[in-house]
Amino acid sequence: MLNSLLDFIPKLPIAEGTEWVTDKTKETFAFLFEPIKKYLNEFMGFFTDDVLLAIPPVIFILAVAVLAFFVSGKKFGLAAFSIVGLWLIYNQGHWENLMNTVTLVLLASILSVIIGVPIGILMSKSKIANTIITPILDFMQTMPAFVYLIPAVAFFSIGMVPGVFASLIFATPPTVRFTNLGIRQVSSELVEAADAFGSTGAQKLFKVELPMAKSTIMAGINQTVMLALSMVVIASMIGAKGLGREVLSSLQRAEVGTGFVAGLGIVILAIIIDRITQNMNKKK
Amino acid sequence: MSIIQVEKLTKVFGKNTKQALKLLNEGKSKEAILKETGCTVGVNQASFSVEQGEIFVIMGLSGSGKSTLVRLINRLIEPTMGSIFIDEEDLSKMDKTALRQVRREKLSMVFQKFGLFPHRTILKNAEYGLEIQDVPKEVREKKAKEALELVGLGNYLEQFPGQLSGGMQQRVGLARALANDPKVLLMDEAFSALDPLIRKEMQDELIDLQTTMQKTIVFITHDLDEALRLGDRIALMKDGSIVQIGTPEEILVHPANDYVEKFVEDVDKSKVLSAQHIMKRPETINVEKHGPRVALERMREEGLSSIFVVDGKRNLKGYITADDASDARKKDIRDVQQIIKTDMPTVNKDTALHDIFSIIYDSQVPVTVVEEGKLVGVIVRGSVIAALAGEGEVNVENA
Repeated sequence: MLNSLLDFIPKLPIAEGTEWVTDKTKETFAFLFEPIKKYLNEFMGFFTDDVLLAIPPVIFILAVAVLAFFVSGKKFGLAAFSIVGLWLIYNQGHWENLMNTVTLVLLASILSVIIGVPIGILMSKSKIANTIITPILDFMQTMPAFVYLIPAVAFFSIGMVPGVFASLIFATPPTVRFTNLGIRQVSSELVEAADAFGSTGAQKLFKVELPMAKSTIMAGINQTVMLALSMVVIASMIGAKGLGREVLSSLQRAEVGTGFVAGLGIVILAIIIDRITQNMNKKK
Repeated sequence: MSIIQVEKLTKVFGKNTKQALKLLNEGKSKEAILKETGCTVGVNQASFSVEQGEIFVIMGLSGSGKSTLVRLINRLIEPTMGSIFIDEEDLSKMDKTALRQVRREKLSMVFQKFGLFPHRTILKNAEYGLEIQDVPKEVREKKAKEALELVGLGNYLEQFPGQLSGGMQQRVGLARALANDPKVLLMDEAFSALDPLIRKEMQDELIDLQTTMQKTIVFITHDLDEALRLGDRIALMKDGSIVQIGTPEEILVHPANDYVEKFVEDVDKSKVLSAQHIMKRPETINVEKHGPRVALERMREEGLSSIFVVDGKRNLKGYITADDASDARKKDIRDVQQIIKTDMPTVNKDTALHDIFSIIYDSQVPVTVVEEGKLVGVIVRGSVIAALAGEGEVNVENA
């Protein structure tokens, strides 16, 4: 009797609906997805092979060490860690994988910031935008990351590009949230001061709000980069090259050793990126 | 002509503002309106005008709506009802662009917690108002430097606000406001965050600056002493309404109601009241007409032990005592010139009561109030004490 109440409405075609939407999107925006796929793929190939891999590993390692030395306030700790860690990855024969991963993380992060900061600004300015976008961000962050692989493949087939797409969805929310938060946290007196002197909206944003929110936004960007990095392994399931693929293949072949080595590479990269971006934030 | 003219300016916070306004017009109280509509009345039909060159102080306790009122003047808070005229232009009806123009050119604001931009240097802070008007770099730097010199911070251009003390930070806030060369300065509890010594110093400096610049200043404070020191006129607020507007003396001496009376009860009146408020009409004899006999007669009639001597134009010549007058009569001296004494203490109309204490303490005769050589009044000990006790007649009308 009671069950019949629950069964009163037949199964809703949510799955079918989603598929239909995805198909339609793919068809409608094919003219957009195709060139994106093509050019982004070419660009990433170029960046990895002709830029990152063209730099001799020694120089690359030293450059990272110098950067680490200066951003950490002329301390040797992070620089030394960078040298040893990167050398270890090189030593284990994962240099090319590392560079592929760097490209993926870098591109996903940069795109996330380019998309995320303006959305965050919009949310901080508009109550309506805030109400609409907040649940979408919750959704993006709680939906298992694997699920993003499916439309990513549908739109961009397999390879690096859908990897970037999936990472983008997963990694953008922190930047959006922190930008929103950072601007909302600017003391009301400073906002009033900017208004009282007759600032336009843009002047207020660029001369007062964004500079004041900078460190909060940077914390968000740091989170975004780390999330992009955490997508590396998942993205490798749809053919993204890099350290993630090594982890995945050792899982499939049950090789603990190689899996550990590739995983260690990701950890080292994560620590270096995290510390460098965090220190950039602290600097001023 | 008034620079600022505010008419029935009202702010109701909340959703049901129409209903609240209607109740407000019916004369319902703030509490009643809150209960009935859920709206808070921030400012209730405030009307006043501020003249060119005047320091107009808006005073009230926290929650009285004074900070809301000052923000209504430059529309940082949108008024629910009423109008604000700056130079006879109605701010409340302006669109955003026009409003911005007025804010840039005519109104500058100084904030309680300074409101300085921590990521900008002192110079860049002072430049801000000009920078957003796209004033060329050299010009705005020059003006900002001048403003900083004016407040005594010419040597701190490249420091950041965080490196300065509170008093210095507020000077930067003042310089930033002055760099725009506005007609009107809105100062929202500008000195309240400073410690008492620095506060007094800043008050003095503001008064000095004001004598040279002749800006029109709307000054918000919760501190009565500050209001009395700075204000040419004071508007006292309670629960969003202006309770009384008047000169410091008027407010002290003729409080409009019990609230104001309570408010001013503890004021050190000796710093506010001056000679003109407590002086009495002097008893005099004319040196050209009267002799010792008349003087003695007068003193007996009035019960005085001395009497002041003036000439036909009321120029003060001195005084004679009863003893000297009676001696003179015995010796048959006709001319008061021979017994006149001139060691009477003299003050002018504006001498503060505070400063009269010591003078009157040392003096055998009443203190004379003299203006351009003419005797305009005398002060006896009794009236000083009466004024301090808040009793007796104090003549605001003389002011």
